Amino acid sequence: MNRTTIDFWVGIFVLIGIGAVVFLALRVGNLTSLTTTPSYRLEAHFDNIGGLKLRAPVKAAGVAVGRVDRIQLDPRSYEAVVTMRIDNGYQFSKDTIASILTSGLLGEVYIGLAVGGDPQMLADGGQIGKTQSAVVLEKLISQFMFDKASSAPAPAGAAK
Amino acid sequence: MPADALGRGVRRLGAGTINAVVRIGYAARFFVAILTHSPQSILRVGLTTREIYFAGVLSLVIILLSGLFVGMVLALQGFDVLEKYGAGDSLGVFVALSLVRELGPVVAGLLFASRAGSAITAEIGLMKTTDQLAAMEMMAVDPLSRIVAPRFWGGVISMPLLAALFSVVGVFFENIVGVRLIGADSGTFWGNMRAGVGFWPDITNGIIKSCVFGVAVCLIAVFEGYTAKPTAEGVATATTRTVVIGSLAILALDFVLTVFMFRGMGAK
Repeated sequence: MNRTTIDFWVGIFVLIGIGAVVFLALRVGNLTSLTTTPSYRLEAHFDNIGGLKLRAPVKAAGVAVGRVDRIQLDPRSYEAVVTMRIDNGYQFSKDTIASILTSGLLGEVYIGLAVGGDPQMLADGGQIGKTQSAVVLEKLISQFMFDKASSAPAPAGAAK
Repeated sequence: MPADALGRGVRRLGAGTINAVVRIGYAARFFVAILTHSPQSILRVGLTTREIYFAGVLSLVIILLSGLFVGMVLALQGFDVLEKYGAGDSLGVFVALSLVRELGPVVAGLLFASRAGSAITAEIGLMKTTDQLAAMEMMAVDPLSRIVAPRFWGGVISMPLLAALFSVVGVFFENIVGVRLIGADSGTFWGNMRAGVGFWPDITNGIIKSCVFGVAVCLIAVFEGYTAKPTAEGVATATTRTVVIGSLAILALDFVLTVFMFRGMGAK
C-alpha cells in the first residue's frame, strides 16, 4: 500500500482515538466539574453526619452549589466539622441553616442549605451556626416505639 | 524400573523450571534491548506508522463491532437486574463504569492479542524461518531496530486508542438500547453517568490499564516471534503461545492492577 495512504489512515485512527478519550473525559466522566471553578470555603459543625461522604453535593433549594471538601472530628467538642467549597457565584446569609439530608430512602446523602433573612453574607472561611444533624433511622424507630409503649393505655390486667 | 522413571520425571520437572526461568530472563533482557533500540525506530517514523496501520487501523472493525455488541448486551442485562431493585436510573453509571474500568481495556486487549499479536508473531517468525533476519544482519541492518521495535511501538500506541474507542462505542450503543429500546430517560441516563464516573480514578485508571496490556501483549508477541523455532511447526506453536500467554497475562495483570487501583475506593 502507498505510504501516504497509510499515513492518512493512521492519522485518522489517532485522531478518533484521542477524540474517544476526550469524549470519555467530558461526556462520560465529569472532568468539567473537576476543573476548579472559583470557590470559597464554609464550615459547619454537626452532631452526627450520618452517611455523608467526601465530594457529596451541597444544595440550596435543590440546586447543587458546591461540594463537601473535608470531614473531620473536632477533638474537643466531639462534633463533626464539615468543610464545604461553594461556588463564588452564590452568597449565603449569616443565619443560613445547614442540614444533612438524603434524597429518597436509599439515595445519596447531601447537605441542604436553607437561606435565612440576615442581610450580612458569609465570607470565605465563615461558619454556619445553625445545623441539623442527619436523621438516623434506627433512633427514629426506637423513639417511636418507646413513645408508643409509655403512652399506651395500661393493659386490662394491670388496671385492677 | 520405577526409580528410573521417577528420576526421569524429576529431571523433566527441573528442566522445565530452568527453561521457564531462562525464558523469563531472556524476555526481560529482550525488553531492555527493544527499549535501547527504539530511538532509531522512532526517528524513522514511517516504520512505526506502518505498524500502527496494521495493528491499530485494521483492528478497528473487530474492536468497534465488539464494543457495539458488548454495550448493547450490557444495557439489556443490566437494566433487567437493576430494575428489580428499582435502580433502573443507574443503568448509565453501571454500564459506563464496567466499560471504562474493566471491559474496555480487557476485552479490547484480548481481541488485540488474538488479532494483532498473533499476526506480529507469525510475521517475525516467518521472517526468521526464511532467514530474512539473518540476511539483514549480514547487511549490517539491525533487525531489532528495523523489525522488532517498530512493531512493538506500533502495538503499544494502538492499544490505548483501541480500548478508548471500544468504551465509547459501548457507551454509545448502550445509550441507544437503553433510551430508544427500553425507554430509560435520556437526561437521567447521561446525568447519572457523569455524576458517577470520575475522570481521575475511573477513566485514567482504565487508560493506564490499557497501556500496560499493550506493552505486555506486544512484548509477548515480538518475543515469541523472535524466539520461534525456524520451522513451519515452530511458527505455528509460537503464534498459539502468543494468543494463550498474551490473554492469560492480560487477565492476571488486570487482577493485580485492579487490586492496587480500586482497593479502598469505597472507604474513601
